[in-house]
Amino acid sequence: MQAFDYASARTVGEAVSLLTQHGERARILAGGTDIIVQVREGRRSVDLLLDIKEIPEVNQLSYDPINGLRIGAAVPCYKIYEHAEIAAVYPGLIDAVSLIGGIQIQGRATLGGNLCNASPAADTIPALIVLRATCLIAGPQGTREVPVEQFCTGPGRTILQRGEFLLSFRLPPPQKHSGARYLRFIPRNEMDIAVVGVGASVVLNEAHTRFVSARIALGAVAPTPLLAVEAGEILAGKEISEENIQRAAEAAQAIARPISDMRGTAEYRRHLVGILTRRTLQGAIQRAKKEA
Amino acid sequence: MSKKVQVQARINGEEVEFLCEPRQSLLEVLRDELGLTGSKEGCNNGNCGACNVIMDGVLVNSCLVLGVEIQGKEITTIEGLAGPEKLHPLQQKFLEYAALQCGICTPGFIVASKALLDKNPHPTEQEVRYWLAGNLCRCTGYDKIVRAVLAAAEVNHEERR
Repeated sequence: MQAFDYASARTVGEAVSLLTQHGERARILAGGTDIIVQVREGRRSVDLLLDIKEIPEVNQLSYDPINGLRIGAAVPCYKIYEHAEIAAVYPGLIDAVSLIGGIQIQGRATLGGNLCNASPAADTIPALIVLRATCLIAGPQGTREVPVEQFCTGPGRTILQRGEFLLSFRLPPPQKHSGARYLRFIPRNEMDIAVVGVGASVVLNEAHTRFVSARIALGAVAPTPLLAVEAGEILAGKEISEENIQRAAEAAQAIARPISDMRGTAEYRRHLVGILTRRTLQGAIQRAKKEA
Repeated sequence: MSKKVQVQARINGEEVEFLCEPRQSLLEVLRDELGLTGSKEGCNNGNCGACNVIMDGVLVNSCLVLGVEIQGKEITTIEGLAGPEKLHPLQQKFLEYAALQCGICTPGFIVASKALLDKNPHPTEQEVRYWLAGNLCRCTGYDKIVRAVLAAAEVNHEERR
């Protein structure tokens, strides 16, 4: 592996200053499950790996019904799904964090790393988007907050500017009569990268007969994960029916811009978007009804 | 280019101090600096689990941890399992059930299984299979491995520690 320096920042200010100094030659080290492999395999060249795990803000994990959920960028997957209250309130997020890699990966891989690595197929990103998660970003000018759907700009590319890094996520508390689901398609049971991933969240009326609103997000069918705006808006105010769910699925398919690669053809992926949109919507509806 | 860093950690119950380059993985440190060659290098990219160790109670791939990251941490490797008198029950059951062929994946499987039994002393077969999904055996001995882990779980919990 190429030589590089290692530093462990203890404060946000220290991290911002090192990142400003080194620019693109520095990368953040949190769980290391992507960056260490990328550097080792020569896919990325760095002068400095900056460990942020000693910074208190990136280790936060707290939920309350008024402020919702705050997850530090360096919190590993297992801490999220082992947190009983969070697992009960945000099952749509748990769907995603519990299927990334095996146990060994979940012990290290972080939510922030999954977003910052900006893979089009990242499992947690569609789940975060439909839960209206926002990113708190620290930088030389202070902090700024952006919705997760605006964070990735291309494969491996993000909106982060020189000196900036992801601090934490904020997820609003779930509304009443709401539910969310994330599903991916892989040709085996475990340990694979999504051919297509779809997240859906719904808010239902009190009688559970209509959609108040819905959000649908797609993974692995475009250079970045996508919020399928129209597919969600089609459902607002509509009756819960197979026909309406099918219309949303078709609207989601319409914005998919998949490529053909070793995991599947573009045509196959577009087909899967339809199937998974229907299934995640049905799963989200089921959860919303139970939650009541 | 980059200077060596001094690191202190607790490995298999012993305080150790070593020098390593930032680019050295924990696996490389264990094998090349500390002479603990039980942890194996399989894929070196987080897919196979042959290098599994337990870090502060959490199962990790040591190829995906930098040596410098273990400052102040507690690490258990395969060498830390057996007492001076006898094998760890997992090791004993792996032998009894012939849960190994070439043996390269075995330390990783045993360390991963220890992490499972520490957390869940009586797992179901399905739980064992899901837990070990991140460990690959190229001789495809999975069934015997799963049976050995289930048998080790039957051994008195006290005895296993």
